[in-house]
Amino acid sequence: MAGGIAVLRRQPSVIPGFGITLGVSLTWLSLIILIPLAALFLKTTELSFERFIMIVTSARTLHALELSFGLALAAAATNLVFGLIVVWVLVRYDFPGRRVFDAVIDIPFALPTAVAGIALTNLYAENGWIGGLLAPLGIKVSFTQLGIFVALVFIGLPFVVRTVQPVLQDFEGDLEEVAATLGASRWMTIRRVIFPTLVPALLTGFALAFARAVGEYGSVIFIAGNLPNVSEIAPLLIIIRLEEFRYADATAIAAVMLVASFILLLIVNLLQRWSERRAGKR
Amino acid sequence: MSFNPVIQPQEAADLLPAGLAPALPARQSRRDVRADPLWLRWVLTGIALSFLTVFIVVPLVNVFSQAFVKGFTAYVGAIRHPDALAAIRLTIIAAFVAVLLNVVFGTITAWAITKYKFRGKSILISLVDLPFSVSPVISGLVCVLLFGAHGCFGPWLQENDVKIVFAVPGIILATVFVTFPFVARELIPLMREQGTQDEEAAISLGASGLRTFFRVTLPNIKWALLYGVLLTNARAMGEFGAVSVVSGHIRGETNTMPLHIEILYNEYQFMAAFAVASLLALLALVTLVAKAVLEKRIARAAR
Repeated sequence: MAGGIAVLRRQPSVIPGFGITLGVSLTWLSLIILIPLAALFLKTTELSFERFIMIVTSARTLHALELSFGLALAAAATNLVFGLIVVWVLVRYDFPGRRVFDAVIDIPFALPTAVAGIALTNLYAENGWIGGLLAPLGIKVSFTQLGIFVALVFIGLPFVVRTVQPVLQDFEGDLEEVAATLGASRWMTIRRVIFPTLVPALLTGFALAFARAVGEYGSVIFIAGNLPNVSEIAPLLIIIRLEEFRYADATAIAAVMLVASFILLLIVNLLQRWSERRAGKR
Repeated sequence: MSFNPVIQPQEAADLLPAGLAPALPARQSRRDVRADPLWLRWVLTGIALSFLTVFIVVPLVNVFSQAFVKGFTAYVGAIRHPDALAAIRLTIIAAFVAVLLNVVFGTITAWAITKYKFRGKSILISLVDLPFSVSPVISGLVCVLLFGAHGCFGPWLQENDVKIVFAVPGIILATVFVTFPFVARELIPLMREQGTQDEEAAISLGASGLRTFFRVTLPNIKWALLYGVLLTNARAMGEFGAVSVVSGHIRGETNTMPLHIEILYNEYQFMAAFAVASLLALLALVTLVAKAVLEKRIARAAR
């Protein structure tokens, strides 16, 4: 067995192939994921610290980062509220077409982002199906920050719904009945019994939707209008810098976003461990 | 005398034959505790369905409606345009290679993670999930940083006349990176649930490792594997951000379907853009139907 793998100290198993399968996995993961990402950070270290700070805090970069993170937060929060309502309705109520609507949730996962992007832009344009209804009210969606928000809500919804739905499905009705028997009002039961059970899943779904929205590109760029300092998102700015051959700038912005998504990933993992522990206690 | 003429509901249930018991007040009040008032049901259902309709159903319907806005002949014309056909061909090639590589390496990784116990396993699982939390644009960027003209291997590649960035290999590489998690992620929970007993039995009866995999493990995981293939393929064909960075947008050569849609749209050829987009939307719908069928099979396999 290869020396590097033996360090991982496995427990004995009768199934052969530990060395070769783990070796192949580690090699492939390194080639495809680890080395490319390491290259990005290596490129960043070529910059002096002052230079890095200068790039990241330039007005245009700062605005793009603020826009991506701010709107991603707003969209994830919207999805948290509406996602919870959707889950509640799909799990607890029965109505004609319930299964169709349940299937529809996955469309943002399956529909390519470019397709979603042009469809949303067309819909919310001033002569579009929805934009035409909003225009008389003075609401402009296409080519504004509101448009970016709409696109981010679209792509984030399934993350919240698909994380929370199984938890509510597994929730045992007995607890609700016990609470009611003990004299709790319906509202109190929801607030003190059902809601706390859903919290870890809700937070996980929120973090996943947020992480996806921060890095989203395809569905946003068509509807955004991409005006610098107004509706230019961070991933687009990376591409613009790359096309201007300003590799250092592109790399610095990417490094900031990457660190942010690592932190988010860590939070998701901690949340999942927390909810598993809670489930174990019961 | 302690004769009590009032029969409590529960006692009544005991007196009745088993089949008649359910329609009792006690039983009904139990159900009432969990039921929301009618007005609330209507309001919440209304909010949820309007939200889903406006944000998901209408955009999807819009794709098909815009694609056929100039009639069927124009639709077919847009799809049969040489640039569109070249884009479709490249998309299929890239997706095929990505699926192939990720099936092989995803299965090996899932096997290593689920069939043995070793330290550092959770780090390995996080590593598998990593591409999900990286912006597709960054995935493309790292590809350029490694293999571009100014990248780490750039000069060496130029000397040996190998083109990766702004060529097909770059597109495939970016696609593989973005879609890596799908196969492994589908397999890991199922293989963990199934445990190692079947394999241990096969080995102790004298089967080799490979034989055990193909005759014991593979039949157990085939539906989940197919599910992973399905998701990988859908994402690979639709990938836009990562591919956009590495492709260079050379018409008829390095344009995939999503990139072709972008070009058409930016040239105000809306109908043609939606025509190509409708193919990808159709793929998404087929993927969802197949997914529903497979999920049932996988649930059966896990039992």
